[in-house]
Amino acid sequence: MALSDPTVRIVLYEGSGAEPLAAEERFQTMTALLERGFPVTRAGAERPVAPPDRAHVTVLGRFTEPVPTDSADGAHVRWQSLEGLDPVALTEQLDAQRSELGVARPGEWKPWFPVIDYDRCTNCMQCLSFCLFGVYGVDEEKRIQVQNNDNCKTNCPACSRVCPEAAIMFPKYKAGPINGDEVSDADLNREKMKIDISALLGGDIYSMLRTRSDRAKSRFSKERDSDKALAERQKCLVKLAALTADVPPEVMIILPSPEEIARKAEEAANRAKAALQGQKS
Amino acid sequence: MKPPAILYCHCQYAQVLPKEVKQAVLQKLCDSGQPFEAVPDLCELSARRDPALARLAAAGPLKISACFPRAVKWLFHAANAPLAQDQTEIVNLRNLTAEDACAALFEPVVTPNLPAGKVTAADAPTAHPQPEPSTVS
Repeated sequence: MALSDPTVRIVLYEGSGAEPLAAEERFQTMTALLERGFPVTRAGAERPVAPPDRAHVTVLGRFTEPVPTDSADGAHVRWQSLEGLDPVALTEQLDAQRSELGVARPGEWKPWFPVIDYDRCTNCMQCLSFCLFGVYGVDEEKRIQVQNNDNCKTNCPACSRVCPEAAIMFPKYKAGPINGDEVSDADLNREKMKIDISALLGGDIYSMLRTRSDRAKSRFSKERDSDKALAERQKCLVKLAALTADVPPEVMIILPSPEEIARKAEEAANRAKAALQGQKS
Repeated sequence: MKPPAILYCHCQYAQVLPKEVKQAVLQKLCDSGQPFEAVPDLCELSARRDPALARLAAAGPLKISACFPRAVKWLFHAANAPLAQDQTEIVNLRNLTAEDACAALFEPVVTPNLPAGKVTAADAPTAHPQPEPSTVS
């Protein structure tokens, strides 16, 4: 599934040519649709309904007049009577339609990704240097941006911790200012918000892992014990996880090998350096 | 003056909005008989850069019932759909009671409350061009 895939949008129509729903039925229907990931426009006759853009549109209603036949001009509009359908049956039917259309199924990916507050961002590139998963990049003006939000590791807010300006938000995070709450001076002065990359991990994570890697290689060559080398790496990752309480253990476990980390870190650092040089020139 | 459009976010994929507040606001919207837009999760739409966000941002006065104004402002920006500073009011369901949230949402006048920080939104990079959202495995 791609994030650019079209979706299905629902229009709950209660204008001319349709009976209005009872408030409770409207609420139950709306809740059921939202819980299954459908965006819904509740429309009467008061406002025009927006065109389908890249979505397929299904118009729901208790129609009292004949409805148009399904559009054949590429507008992807379907009409669906609510007669005889309770919210459960309705959403099941719409789900089946969604499968049939092969469109995006919201909810398969928890939308967890960094959101940059450009009012605060100073374009220091710490986030780009820090993230090993290629979430960040720069635009043509060498300004930081989130480029691959679905590369982000669910529930991991580590990059927001390295931002010296508290400019990186995760709106689904539990606490402020990372969740988007206002940033106070106290937040910026608080030790945990002022940390830099090396302070975050009690030393430079990459050199730490490289050292570990060198040691492990040396031992490995002597002992030829791959299990022991793996155990050592896991021990190292668990220790790092303890140092970064916010980073879920599952994220630490999927970190690449120390060599790969070193390579990615170097790549990210070079990109950050190039972006910063691009700003100066 | 054109009445504000209303956008409600259900924050479906996280438990960060109090359930009772969300339910009360949605119930009240449904009871009111007013037209409104409801989305399962604003973050998800932002990640998709859903054109619906640009349409809403460009539609004039807007009240958005979701979470923190700072987060909502930059979620829209990330979707290439910058909100109008002077025509947008965010009703924060994370820290308002259901009663206060409903009162703010149904007040016909928009009280703009998007944060304006040390730089203006115009100083922010344009979200275009960005690579298309990539594949979710």
